[in-house]
Amino acid sequence: MTKILLKPKGKFSVPIEASTITPESFASKTLEQMRSLEAWEGNRRTSLDSLFDIEVETDGGEEITILMEGDVSKLRRIGKGMRSGTLTICGTAGMYLGEAMRGGVINVNGGAGSWLGARMKGGTIEVSGDAGDYIGSAYRGSIEGMKGGQIIIRGNAGNELGCWMKKGFIRVGKNVGQLAGIHMIDGTILVEGDSEARTGAQMKGGRIIVMGQTANVLPSFSIEEIRNVVRAGEERLPGPFYVFAGDLAEGGNGRLYVFKEKNPHLGFCEAFIE
Amino acid sequence: MDPANGIECEVKDIAMRGGKIVEEVSSSAKVIDASEMLVMPGGVDIHSHIAGSKTNAARMLRPEDHVTDFERKTALTRSGVGHSIPSTFTTGYRYARMGYTTVIEPATPPLMARHTHEELNDTPVIDKACFPLFGNNWHVMEYLAKGDVEGCAAYVAWMLRSTKGYAIKIVNPGGVEAWHWGGNIRGLDWEVPHFDITPREIIRGLCRVNKMLKLPHAIHVHPNNLGKPGNYSNTIKTMDCVRDIAEDGRAAIHIAHCQFTSFKGEDWSTLRSGAEEIADYVNKNRHVTIDMGQIIFTATTTMTADGPFEYILHQLQGRKWYNADVEAETGAGIVPVVYKRKNFVNATQWAIGLELALLVRDPWRIFMTTDHPNGGPFTAYPRVISWLMSKRAREGAMKRMNQNAIKKANLPSLNREYSFAEIATVTRAATARALGLKDKGHLGEGADADVAIYRVNPKEVDPSNDYRAVRKAMRRAAYVIKEGEMVVKDGEIAKVIEGKTFWVNASVPGDMEVKLQKELLKKFQDYYTIQAENYVIAEDYLARSAPIEQGVAKQ
Repeated sequence: MTKILLKPKGKFSVPIEASTITPESFASKTLEQMRSLEAWEGNRRTSLDSLFDIEVETDGGEEITILMEGDVSKLRRIGKGMRSGTLTICGTAGMYLGEAMRGGVINVNGGAGSWLGARMKGGTIEVSGDAGDYIGSAYRGSIEGMKGGQIIIRGNAGNELGCWMKKGFIRVGKNVGQLAGIHMIDGTILVEGDSEARTGAQMKGGRIIVMGQTANVLPSFSIEEIRNVVRAGEERLPGPFYVFAGDLAEGGNGRLYVFKEKNPHLGFCEAFIE
Repeated sequence: MDPANGIECEVKDIAMRGGKIVEEVSSSAKVIDASEMLVMPGGVDIHSHIAGSKTNAARMLRPEDHVTDFERKTALTRSGVGHSIPSTFTTGYRYARMGYTTVIEPATPPLMARHTHEELNDTPVIDKACFPLFGNNWHVMEYLAKGDVEGCAAYVAWMLRSTKGYAIKIVNPGGVEAWHWGGNIRGLDWEVPHFDITPREIIRGLCRVNKMLKLPHAIHVHPNNLGKPGNYSNTIKTMDCVRDIAEDGRAAIHIAHCQFTSFKGEDWSTLRSGAEEIADYVNKNRHVTIDMGQIIFTATTTMTADGPFEYILHQLQGRKWYNADVEAETGAGIVPVVYKRKNFVNATQWAIGLELALLVRDPWRIFMTTDHPNGGPFTAYPRVISWLMSKRAREGAMKRMNQNAIKKANLPSLNREYSFAEIATVTRAATARALGLKDKGHLGEGADADVAIYRVNPKEVDPSNDYRAVRKAMRRAAYVIKEGEMVVKDGEIAKVIEGKTFWVNASVPGDMEVKLQKELLKKFQDYYTIQAENYVIAEDYLARSAPIEQGVAKQ
């Protein structure tokens, strides 16, 4: 195994384009070559060397583990398109962490910015703290969202989680903002806390499970039944859950599961179960 | 390679001075050694949506089109983005790198012409012009419904002067007006709601106006029923409806992006090519020119003034949709599309475009376009050239396509391969002639010194087999000279200059003008949110104005 430690040389003041920080681009490089990898600091081309102290520890093994310590919240696109290995960040990660990732593991001991795992195709991302908006989403305007892998956030997440998601699993330990699972086509989103509102707007397929409260269910969803158990991956979640189908405005057939006990204000829907 | 002057594959010197091609220059002139290279006039694109309100709306609609394709700024050039709808500066650079020096924006809502000119001003290197839309204009329809062709001519002349336009563009005549009421027009003799006029009368009327004003280009028509299976018969009727108005030896009508209006069949599953019938009509009738509207297998953006067509496309594909209404004049729609090789309809469309180009015998009356960006971005032209020049290239492409579509297509049986001279014709000489740009598209004395030089030797290369070499050379010209300045060297921009904007300064006799001005005042009061005096674009609004004097002779 090869361990690579990156420590910021100082506090970063402008956004940094750091898509070269992936296990693949470090693979079979000497320390000198690693130092000269390109990054963009604002509008200036620079090298990793001028941003980080880099240390390498290796036993000759091929697997690569990257460890980043400190505040890297200005760094964008860390781990872009990575396929293997491990990337661990102790601190706050910036926007687009793990964008278009295909494999491997990203661990964040701290928070993460918006667009985490955007256009992701495989692998695992775990964040111990909060994350921003558009987690596992498509690029603005695009219809190509997350297509595989899983994202696990222990804290809160922002708006438009899993926008245009096509496959994979997103789990949020606490609350999410508005429009979780917007335009979703398939895959599963599990929200263990509250989902603010408009959950699953314009979804065509897939499943969204809300264990906490949600202010409302869109009028373009119809209630189907009440279920006692819902599966999320390997897990069986005890209910009861209201099961809604939608978004009918898009001709969709997605499923929205809302935990009954936390949402007494949705009780009126029961009258419409056929 | 200068087909307009009958020069095909001859080794010659070309002398230039003061932006023009001249007989000879002194020995102190700068010499560019183009031996063993392909030399042509600068490319002239007759139909490419590069600027204006709908192009810009498409840019706003499609951020995902920008993120995949961008260019960094250099010491000479600005940065830019966009695969199918590049920003203005990038459009200019990319055309220049391919050896194109004149490009026409073919659909400008007259009310939005100011925006179009602002963008054209920011499109560097190339010369350009724009065609205002007249096919659904309330005033045009009112004049023609009354049978007042003279009044209509005076109005069209005023509009060309006011919007700094170049030719009469007609899109889905009457259909876009019907779309204001949620409908469409499906035949040449349908009545336009509330106007007591038919598409046939609009096309014929504007064709007469075109003839009366002696405009340099024919009427430029996007017929009714575009993109609808079975539309080829309507396209033939459209071409035929102006046959008696045509003058000898001059095209009276140009059918734009003909591929989209050459569909046979009842519905999408029975879609077939109508290229044979269309080509047969074009071969027999000299009053018609067409351009291909070839599709390319890529993600692109469709945009047209044909609002109802875009709505159908949006319903068909479920993709995002933009719709606009331009008061009293026209409308527009935008929908992104992905053309797929394995899709039966798309593979058939691909074959139709090439069949048209191969079946129309006279290269002076068929032009190469992709209807950028509707069929695909203009940057794909080298690929289209390789398909035209090589049956092998076509066969290679067909192998990867929907075989059901290929089996039913005529294309596999067509053996014709374009020569370099024919390519030079369909990409510059013929388009320049059709546009009436006398100083473009040839290398004779007095022509603009616009020259494209490609790193491929037409005397040695066999494009039929070595089409890849041709394609590569066409992507990035070795040298491009624009108005005597070297603007591209080794495929990169070497100098940025400002291109001209051509427009037609059409005039009518004084009495016609007086009558028009009286009527205009009322029309603007009744129909517009803007006053006539604010409508007119002053000549100094154009970065480099190049008016062409034309019109009805003074009495």
